[in-house]
Amino acid sequence: MNIRHFPHAATAVLLGATFLTTGCVKKASKVALGNKAQVFHFGNGGEPADLDPQVVQGVPEHNIIKALFEGLVTLNPKDLSPMPGVAERWEVSPDGKTYTFYLRSNSVWSNGEPVTADDFVKAYERILNAKLAAPYADMLHILEGAEEYNTGKLTDFSKVGVKALGPKKLQMTLKAPASYFLAMLNHDAWYPVPMATIDKFGKRYDKGNRWTRPENIVSNGPFLLKDWKTQQEIVVAKNPKYWDAKQVRLNEIHFYPIESNDAEERAFRGGQLHTTNTVPTDKVDSYRTTGSSLRIEPYYGAYYYRVNVDKAKEKNAALLDPRVRRALAMSIDRASLVKNVLRAGQVPAYSLTPPGPAGYRPKEQTKYDPDGARRLLSEAGFPGGKGVPKISILINTSEDHKKVAEAIQQMWKKELGVDIEIVNQEWKVYLSTMHGLDYQIGRAAWIGDFPDPNAFLDIMRTGNGNNETGFASPEYDKLIVNSWSATGAARIEILQKAEAILMQEMPVIPIYFYTRSYLIVSSVKGWSPNLLDDHPWKYIYLDETVQPDKMPVLGAVR
Amino acid sequence: MFKFIASRTLQMLAVLAVTGTITFFLVRLAPGSPFDQERNVSPEIRRNLDAYYGLDQPIMVQYWRYFSKLVTTGDFGPSFKYSNRTVTEIISESLPVSFELGIYAMIVAVAIGVTAGVLASLRPNTMMDYVPMSLSMVGISMPTFVMGPLLLLLFGLQLGWFNVSGWSSFGDKVLPSLTLGFYYAAYFARLTRGGMLEILSQDFIRTARAKGASELRVVLRHALRGGLLPAVSFMGPALAGIVTGSFTVETIFQIPGLGRYFVTAALNRDYTLVMGTVILFAALISIFNLVVDVVMVWLNPRLKFD
Repeated sequence: MNIRHFPHAATAVLLGATFLTTGCVKKASKVALGNKAQVFHFGNGGEPADLDPQVVQGVPEHNIIKALFEGLVTLNPKDLSPMPGVAERWEVSPDGKTYTFYLRSNSVWSNGEPVTADDFVKAYERILNAKLAAPYADMLHILEGAEEYNTGKLTDFSKVGVKALGPKKLQMTLKAPASYFLAMLNHDAWYPVPMATIDKFGKRYDKGNRWTRPENIVSNGPFLLKDWKTQQEIVVAKNPKYWDAKQVRLNEIHFYPIESNDAEERAFRGGQLHTTNTVPTDKVDSYRTTGSSLRIEPYYGAYYYRVNVDKAKEKNAALLDPRVRRALAMSIDRASLVKNVLRAGQVPAYSLTPPGPAGYRPKEQTKYDPDGARRLLSEAGFPGGKGVPKISILINTSEDHKKVAEAIQQMWKKELGVDIEIVNQEWKVYLSTMHGLDYQIGRAAWIGDFPDPNAFLDIMRTGNGNNETGFASPEYDKLIVNSWSATGAARIEILQKAEAILMQEMPVIPIYFYTRSYLIVSSVKGWSPNLLDDHPWKYIYLDETVQPDKMPVLGAVR
Repeated sequence: MFKFIASRTLQMLAVLAVTGTITFFLVRLAPGSPFDQERNVSPEIRRNLDAYYGLDQPIMVQYWRYFSKLVTTGDFGPSFKYSNRTVTEIISESLPVSFELGIYAMIVAVAIGVTAGVLASLRPNTMMDYVPMSLSMVGISMPTFVMGPLLLLLFGLQLGWFNVSGWSSFGDKVLPSLTLGFYYAAYFARLTRGGMLEILSQDFIRTARAKGASELRVVLRHALRGGLLPAVSFMGPALAGIVTGSFTVETIFQIPGLGRYFVTAALNRDYTLVMGTVILFAALISIFNLVVDVVMVWLNPRLKFD
């Protein structure tokens, strides 16, 4: 053979052979195979930092942990009302401060040991122990003495409001009655942890403890950790010892830590995932017009701008005047922003708290009223925006935040005549700038951890770590504390008053309420949309008789 | 040769020490801490976290503790972000994946690149030169984040031959290797063409032809050894670049390699993981360069170890 032809031929043969042996035949997709075998393929958005319910704080971790563990109470996925979990029933004292839980006799750990009241007491001691430095420890501060124990002011844990009254009887005492207490118990921070196992594989309060490895872990939820291939997949399999195992229909769930939205969407289109974590914004329209995979659902989260109102730290004097802040809030055309910029069904926000849970609707709302805004600005001494120093908006680097900031920049310039500069910082730099109150106006977001307005309004109390605006109002604080012991309409009224103070003082400018947009194949059944995006795994199953979904044909490049 | 390798190894250790030191201080100079999260923790808890990881100590004490532990035990410490795993574990899981991808990509790059370069050099300024060279220009200009999704669209989604994400079966490895390989193939093609053209005009080639050696023998036996020199010298940086710089390809194809940690560790301010990956990559680059230097001497009799 002539040398000039040889390499061509060799390459062709090699490439051809590779393609042939690796199967140039269209094979059955993971989704189709999964439908038959009840194996769910779940796009989980990222690699979990750990699977210890007391150490982690992200959504990817939560999705897996809720398959592995179960708390005293679960939430009905349809209406988010509390339902029995490990506790089969409970009693509340007349003053609303003492809860007695009766644990079911057949609730066991995966090693066969019974789940006892003492397991909960020990777990709560661990999460509250300052040595563990648990990020969600403050969830438990609602218990009597818990905050003091967590911050080291109290050293005797027996004074904290949680006691085992018997192997299957647990009592918790709150520092003030709270109607949302039961709903909180569905959160990871309240799950029991297997202390004997934790002690066996490391020190109890060490973060590097290896008890969560697949070969070590003991859990009490509907699924067991079967395999953990980092950055590839985490597999959980049905737990035959789970008390409600007959309800569980999935045999396995595979969690994929795909961070890139585009890669995840391709995996979905290629039949590798039953659901995605999100949808790339520029593909929403294609999915809207083709097939039935796209879901856009309300989500219990708010996107807002913080205004630095700390007199010592705010560098822009104009922003210290509440009238200026209100003028800014009133001149954002949120309806247009949501429709033209965000484009995934988000809801314009005129309050910090999304309406809905516990029957709460914010009363006093900021409105879109450019004329009123201009009047307010004049009253504050800045007619036509004259004399307002250039305002800077801090965002963390992201295309989406930039688009929103640019739209608002334009609205403020047009309606109020104020100059805006947008400062973007890399995520960790942005966080540290925010924590140090070294900003004028800054992008922020908050997702409610449990379905109650308190999950939002509490963060604006004086000194709350997530307030981050310097806002301090004794009147507001008092209302929030009063709301704890109130119930029904009286409580709602108090919370509305508190929110009205926020909207008058405007340390936070609400912009929109989140939606969850994601893709899901039609064979997934038992999946109920809800505000918390909480989908208990034990109700979900796959219907193999459902025809494959139609997928849009999209460009590969973006 | 032994002396050469020994002295280069010593130099390498010095380079690693300097790189490690600079990285150690730079990563701590960057604003933001490993424990800054959207959800704030109380100051007490923050103090405990800092104390647990030794970040409450003066920076020189941290430096001394870190390096004395590293030198005496080879332990890079626990990852700040992935709290139940050590940096050594993360590296030992993901480095082999990066190497596997790197080797496949290198095979693709060299096979295609060298072949195209040799072919082009045999008939310079004809179609057989223009076509591969134009293609290689396209290859150099087309970034992997364009090539990868294009290949996926065609072979993954339209034809359904390969999975579009993952790293388990052999089929999963074809498209990422091609994506990464094509990019470097383009460089190899241009370097090989240049090297071959220079060699083919040398006297000893004419002598070989005059003695009646076949074209095949002239090219493979006489010309290739010298003509490959530029390509070989590029292999060190290329392999280092492939193994360390595969962040994009790893993200597109969802590959559990080390390239992603290299980038995300810095974003997460995962100090120990940053240190581990930087020191490792510095070592890899130094080693690859050393190996290439040794191979160069073997290929080019005019060079000597000194």
